Amino acid sequence: MRNRFLIATSAALLMAVAVTMAQAPQAPAAGRAAAAPAYRAPRTPDGKPNLNGIWQAINEANWDIEAHSAAPSPIKELGATGAMPAGAGIVEGGTIPYLPEALKKKKENQADRLKLDPEVKCYLPGVPRAVYMPYPFQIIQSTKHIMMLHTYAGAVRTIYMADQTEAPADSWMGWSNGKWEGESLVVDTKGFNDQSWFDRAGNFHSDALHVVERFTPRSADTLNYEATIEDSKTFSRPWKISLPLYRRVEQNAMIMEFRCVEFVEDLLYGHLKKQPASK
Amino acid sequence: MKRYVVGGFSRPLLVVAIAIASNALVIAQSPSYRTPRTPDGQPDLQGFWTNSTYVPLERPQGVNKPYYTPEEAEARIKKAAAAESAQTTPGTTADVHYDFSQFGLDRSQSTFVRSLRTSLIVDPADGRVPPYSEEGKRRLAARETEAKKLGGRWDSAEANQLDDRCIIMAGPGPPMMDTAYNANYQIVQTTGYVMILTEMIHDVRIIPLDGRPAPDARVRQWMGVSRGRWDGDTLVVETTNFNGKNPFQGSDENLKVTERFRRVADDTIEYRFTIDDPTMWARTWTAESAMKKTVGPIFEHACHEGNFGLYNTLVGARLEEQRAAEAAGRRGGSSDAPLNKESK
Repeated sequence: MRNRFLIATSAALLMAVAVTMAQAPQAPAAGRAAAAPAYRAPRTPDGKPNLNGIWQAINEANWDIEAHSAAPSPIKELGATGAMPAGAGIVEGGTIPYLPEALKKKKENQADRLKLDPEVKCYLPGVPRAVYMPYPFQIIQSTKHIMMLHTYAGAVRTIYMADQTEAPADSWMGWSNGKWEGESLVVDTKGFNDQSWFDRAGNFHSDALHVVERFTPRSADTLNYEATIEDSKTFSRPWKISLPLYRRVEQNAMIMEFRCVEFVEDLLYGHLKKQPASK
Repeated sequence: MKRYVVGGFSRPLLVVAIAIASNALVIAQSPSYRTPRTPDGQPDLQGFWTNSTYVPLERPQGVNKPYYTPEEAEARIKKAAAAESAQTTPGTTADVHYDFSQFGLDRSQSTFVRSLRTSLIVDPADGRVPPYSEEGKRRLAARETEAKKLGGRWDSAEANQLDDRCIIMAGPGPPMMDTAYNANYQIVQTTGYVMILTEMIHDVRIIPLDGRPAPDARVRQWMGVSRGRWDGDTLVVETTNFNGKNPFQGSDENLKVTERFRRVADDTIEYRFTIDDPTMWARTWTAESAMKKTVGPIFEHACHEGNFGLYNTLVGARLEEQRAAEAAGRRGGSSDAPLNKESK
């Protein structure tokens, strides 16, 4: 995957440049996308910033959105291939402001992750997790609807730019209404169920989750992504994550099937298989 | 007002006028219809559509003509609609699963494609899937043998049907077929791509229009890999690289599906597909249907996440085995109770 290597290398270079350029040190904000000079994106034929493309996060947030060290695989047989890479975190300010009870539940989730993580079961990823999972997703941008089409589990989001309504029902991926603010696509999402997680570390939310995302072009092949997360049943205050997204620039880049349901059937239903007739 | 679509593709200039009771004259394609354009000038197919229809893929036995009269077609729809409601008598087993008379699960309570056709298949002329080749028959038999190894439908998740397992349904295809309910689609276009979202079960077709070749033959997908182009106002999509695990009418992984979408009215996209699978059939075959404009939105169909049906039927089957074993006066092989283990 030479191209991915190139992307990763450029990403590292960009981060390095950003770090060098930063004058005043700020609060730890390792996940913050490097501040880019004002950039005006190319326009779509209807005059909006053009976000079309196949995008992917390059970070370790899906393992744990907070800062974390490397750790061994929870499954011995996977060896180093199942180990968790260290990550600097994407949470602004470093720590998720859990309410005390919620923090307890987060720790329980983490301790029992293999049994509880919806990703293990191939369940829909929710928002914002879908954005920074280690799989590409494609934005198909039209005037009334902007589609976000994810590799993982074929998750789909429709961003309503017109005919906006309240969420008609709770769902895994929520109900998204969008608007343009200058160069940014601002997406307001509510109507979530309480089933999805933020990462494999058990970070979670309730059905009161409200996510406001900003997708802002920062160069031809990168976007800044920010999300403000509000859930008064789980957190003491709204908090933010931020990360860059990188365009998959390979000429043959495409969203390919990751229809993981069949990969988890034995895990979920194997104990209900018909047993051999006699012993 | 009832509208009947009558094969515009094979007869682009044919205008069929049909008067039914008080209904006005209806045509397949008005020569004066101009397909609307997207901001970048593509024919605009965007919106919410349904391909729900009572027309079967194959012509029913005993029917020997390509079209019904309007009266025959109407009677047939009424009969089929009645059958959908009748299958769910309150208190019956069927009623427990889906009550088709409620919630608009039956076709007749929502928009559906009306057509005088006796079959969706228009070629061959008998309206039926052509006979399998000798190699095709051999492969079908081999597949059946493999399937039998998995046991009966309720023996394991893997032995069950793809739709009950929430793996794939008939909607996204290709070819895109009517599903019994929720046969709803959303088309969104941007420069270089057409996207078709299928409500069942949030399957997405992302069709690039840039002329790129099909990927390496080792890339195999449930929905294949689609490549599109505009032929005038018609979107032509070729799909290859199938994994062969969701055989359409017995097709194999060498299947190539060629689809043609053409908007012939504000509320109608004509849809035609050709099946080319030289492994299974000595000849190609072609069918024709339509997509009718319907209302949005498309809802999230989180099938797998809510798949209590698969879990419960497996539990039920194991319980029945356990009871049968107990009734037979011996300790059942399942007395170590897989049922007690936690599932989801």
